[in-house]
Amino acid sequence: MIMTREAGGPLLDVRDVVQEFAVRGPGGVKGAKVHAVSNVSFEMRAGETLGVVGETGSGKSTLARSVIQAPRPKSGVVSFLGTDLMTLGRRALTEARRHMQMVYQDPFGSLNPRWRITELVEEPLRGYGVRSATQRRARVAELLDLVGLDPSVYGGRRPHELSGGQCQRVAIARAIALNPALIVCDEAVASLDVLIQAQVLNLFERLRTELGLSYLFISHDLALVKQVSDRVAVMHLGRLVEVGPAGELYRRPLHPYTSALLDSIPGLDPVTGRVRRPSPPAGEPPSPINPPSGCRFRTRCPLARERCAQESPELREPFPGHQVACHFPLASASEDHEKRLT
Amino acid sequence: MSGERADTLAPPGSGRDAGRALLEVRDLRVRFSRGGRRVHAVNGLSYRLNAGEILAIIGESGSGKSVSARTLMGLLPPSAQVSGSARFEGTELLGMPEREMRGWRGAEIAMVFQDPARSLNPTMRIGAQITEAIRAHSDMSRKQAAARAVELLKLVHLPAAERRFYEYPHQLSGGMRQRVVIAIALAGEPRLLIADEATTALDVTTQAQIMELLLELQQRLGMAIILISHDLGLAASYAKNVVVMYAGRAVEYASAEELFAHVRMPYTQALLGAIPLLEREPHALLPVIPGQPPDPAALPAGCPFRPRCAAATDACLEPPPFEEHEPGHWWACWHPAKDPAEDPARDPGEPGGAHARPVKDGVQG
Repeated sequence: MIMTREAGGPLLDVRDVVQEFAVRGPGGVKGAKVHAVSNVSFEMRAGETLGVVGETGSGKSTLARSVIQAPRPKSGVVSFLGTDLMTLGRRALTEARRHMQMVYQDPFGSLNPRWRITELVEEPLRGYGVRSATQRRARVAELLDLVGLDPSVYGGRRPHELSGGQCQRVAIARAIALNPALIVCDEAVASLDVLIQAQVLNLFERLRTELGLSYLFISHDLALVKQVSDRVAVMHLGRLVEVGPAGELYRRPLHPYTSALLDSIPGLDPVTGRVRRPSPPAGEPPSPINPPSGCRFRTRCPLARERCAQESPELREPFPGHQVACHFPLASASEDHEKRLT
Repeated sequence: MSGERADTLAPPGSGRDAGRALLEVRDLRVRFSRGGRRVHAVNGLSYRLNAGEILAIIGESGSGKSVSARTLMGLLPPSAQVSGSARFEGTELLGMPEREMRGWRGAEIAMVFQDPARSLNPTMRIGAQITEAIRAHSDMSRKQAAARAVELLKLVHLPAAERRFYEYPHQLSGGMRQRVVIAIALAGEPRLLIADEATTALDVTTQAQIMELLLELQQRLGMAIILISHDLGLAASYAKNVVVMYAGRAVEYASAEELFAHVRMPYTQALLGAIPLLEREPHALLPVIPGQPPDPAALPAGCPFRPRCAAATDACLEPPPFEEHEPGHWWACWHPAKDPAEDPARDPGEPGGAHARPVKDGVQG
């Protein structure tokens, strides 16, 4: 059957995934369609972390849910470890999900408040047929240790007796309990304070190297995504507009949207103490119910021309491993950008 | 309780070049009783804000930054015990009767909160909500107020203001809603606007737009702004002066330039070090400190940061005074970091510096 980690083939191969939702008007009448994810394709190798950035409504969370088939996308191929999840029946899908786990934003909302921490971490083991109670108990202690919670101190507690960061550690322990190959993190550290967030990010990093995990890391925070990712995909209104190696994408963005996102971040240079003042793009993001024709960024793009309204740009690869969906990528301007950062 | 020191000194911000003080907060303390326990939310906060300036108050959840701002607006529950002083142009705000406070709220000091959806009435049209706010602060006729409302909507750059006037909040995006909330806050022509995490829930591009708007309003209307945020980058980019709070106290204060170039308090250093930055390379471990902020109902003796601080010694059992150690730069620490400008050993890649020891991942978090 499936689920052997063969060398060579991609861990995850997503092809032309489309997900749409109907907006219901008064009386539950089906009205317009939200084009949440439109023809998205990407690949992930085993052990690789792919970051997905985008604004609210860009479809990044829907994309994550499409990958784990909750709910199943409208069309496309989601090939995980060589098997197309789209064709699997309920039982086979449950079995496949053993190898892909999810960590959500709200650490309290994803844990049953009545259960003790040991019970919470034990649940996936129980559900996936680790029969011996002794084995389960040993594994729970091992997992809690791994995420930095002392089992003898925290094991007997309930979620409300833990801080947000500690709850997120419990959620991570649950996610890694079955030795998954892929963890999908949807804004997994967004609700944590910066010092706790740094602790959890370092934990993700340690687990990645120790357990050889892959993350599909979804966030609205560009700096945070750069911190954890090998490659970064930028999503805009349901489409991938740029995918590339993390370092290069930030140093030399090809898509005007990526560049606009980078220019919107306030911050300071830690070395010089110099302040970076953002210069945001004008206007509001268009609605995913009625996206603009052609390139969906054209209404806010400073470089838009006629062609952008007529033809939707396809993802192409002007530099090895660096893809962009734009008729007029920032290739010529890229040197300036590079200069500015160095 | 520790740290009971009558703060009779001039609060930070009253330097040589100080302008006209708009707001002077001295030794502000706020306590709540919750489940039989005394929660010390604010423990002796002092600062001064000049007219037309932007001050950022930075801190983590539970550091007391929001509570201290709500105290100024008289928005605390009756169970709160407040002491200290907060003078707005010489008038004491603390303990002001509610009837009198109503004349100040909105007219002199207005506040914008994090979630614009919850600040607006979902069943009322945008225009009616602004008109209501305008008429509460003036004796304009309905017609005059409506005209003024459209003016305000244009001032906050709401696209198609005349049409939006007749729309409901759910028809607007998050960024547009926050613009409407700001327009309502401006209705009384306040001299101080408190923005409590006003851009936290917004996307990065929208956040930058709203911040640009606030900056423009500050310059055009000469309005002072208190920016309450957890985001040091935001403070660095927009504020003139910055207060860093920890466990209900100010632990460092300086101008934004001075603070980020010469961080002295180990807590501020740790905060700076833990921020993911565009300048860092992928997979770099962040310098983190272990543990979490203290329980405000059981604060440790002495310096509240002591249990997590790598530089802590027995001296830290005594609460460090919050004093002006260098012109314009205040901090509360017995073992401040060396001025990085004088310390050639500093590794430029680690903004956390000497005190933010890189722990693999803080085990207790």
